[in-house]
Amino acid sequence: MPKVEKTLGSMAALDDLALNETTLRSLDPRSKLITSLVFIVAVTSFGKYDLLSLLPLVIYPVSLIALGNIPAWEITKKILYVSPFAVFIGIFNPVFDREIIVQFGSFAIPGGWISFTVIMVKFALTVSVALILVATSGFDSVCLALAKLKVPQIFVVQLMFIYRYIFVMVDEASRMVRAHKLRSFRRSSIDFRIFVSMIGQLLLRTLDRAQRIHAAMISRGFTGEIRLTRELKAGLIDWIFVLGWSVFFILVRIYNIPELLGLLVMGGLT
Amino acid sequence: MSHHIVEVKDLEYVYPDNTHALNGVSFKITHGESVGLVGANGAGKSTLLLHLNGCLFPKSGSVHIGDFPLTKKNVVDVRRHVGMIFQDPDDQLFMPRVFDDVAFGPLNLGMPPDEVKDRVIYALKQVNADHLINRPPYKISGGEKRSVAIATVLSMAPDILVLDEPSSGLDPKSRRKLIGLLKNFTHTKIIATHDLDLVLDLCERTIILNNGRIAIDGNTRDIFGNEILLEANHLEKPLTMQCS
Repeated sequence: MPKVEKTLGSMAALDDLALNETTLRSLDPRSKLITSLVFIVAVTSFGKYDLLSLLPLVIYPVSLIALGNIPAWEITKKILYVSPFAVFIGIFNPVFDREIIVQFGSFAIPGGWISFTVIMVKFALTVSVALILVATSGFDSVCLALAKLKVPQIFVVQLMFIYRYIFVMVDEASRMVRAHKLRSFRRSSIDFRIFVSMIGQLLLRTLDRAQRIHAAMISRGFTGEIRLTRELKAGLIDWIFVLGWSVFFILVRIYNIPELLGLLVMGGLT
Repeated sequence: MSHHIVEVKDLEYVYPDNTHALNGVSFKITHGESVGLVGANGAGKSTLLLHLNGCLFPKSGSVHIGDFPLTKKNVVDVRRHVGMIFQDPDDQLFMPRVFDDVAFGPLNLGMPPDEVKDRVIYALKQVNADHLINRPPYKISGGEKRSVAIATVLSMAPDILVLDEPSSGLDPKSRRKLIGLLKNFTHTKIIATHDLDLVLDLCERTIILNNGRIAIDGNTRDIFGNEILLEANHLEKPLTMQCS
């Protein structure tokens, strides 16, 4: 499990990036959250063959990475980690959809490959924007923004607790795996039956911890509501950020900008 | 009326799996006393502590905090006066930042945000951890976690501090610092621990629990000087007394 530990460590490092002093950091997390949501809705609403018209949206994550001083490689690595999920969703498109959509002379591209690429691009765009949101605001600020945007508290609190205790749980799990490894000598994998009992044991430990945390919470007067006092302030620049980007996303969604540009260039040539 | 008194009478508790954890425990702790609660593993220390602020309720017998008996009705008042510091600071620090964690109790007591802020800073200063205010709790060291866990309780200005194994997992220097810190507090203190040297440093009075009963309740030095008694309760003379 050291691999998981490492991945999680890099997640915490992503959160740390939010401590950097940049203009993006000083924006209200709510404005970044709303803009990201508009972006995700815009991306997902494109049709399955709209590869070309989707491309201008790349500008958003790229400019955030540049403005926020975020190491692009870190974000790429994380996208690659989770990319198998997206690959599995689209993997059969090239098999079932063989209708030729694009033809460059003798070179033909079937629709299946285009729709597969669209899935991968959509996936990379949405995931990178979510990661950039955390890297520029910090996970707890995103939670705070959700709470201030009137997302039901139960969801916000769940999210906060998952993030707080995922580190503790992975630590516990990796200690169990290490203990197993130290006494299993040449056997490299975990026997299925042992694995099942380890998972069960982890669940019991988690329940135990949940009870102790609950005791700690009620000891300090918890009555079902978590109160956060940090205030958020949205200024003119936040409005410009949200409106400017949203208008751009909507324009990209309505007009096929690469095609328009192409026509413009071709028109200029003739 | 003083809230600083803890009185336990004939306390009995049976866990749902039929383990008899406490079998008739009685004691009275008065204003400003520091009491060490020691005993073997499974002697009932943690169960007893959980009764002191209403995380558990007695099957029979009673717990009085100040002049109130502990009941489901006044449990909120009791918790306001009894600050409980749990063994694993990871259980106690559940909020995204140290500030939110220390502010958690006062906010639940309905204090206005400005006062909460002052209290948070004051509590963190008392444990020398004010520089950690904006850190996430999972990224600070074990000793720092312990200090912050104590601050989360101090911010509610309790009269009684209840500590479960406060020195476990601390390096010697952090442990020494913690002892110095606790010595400065004027609260009534109840400390459950296996660290008998810590008890010797902080508590004039010691209660030894054995199988859910009080084996002895008396002066710390007298008790720790009695090797036969210690041996019978799975304990050992504290190191500092072995040297002398």
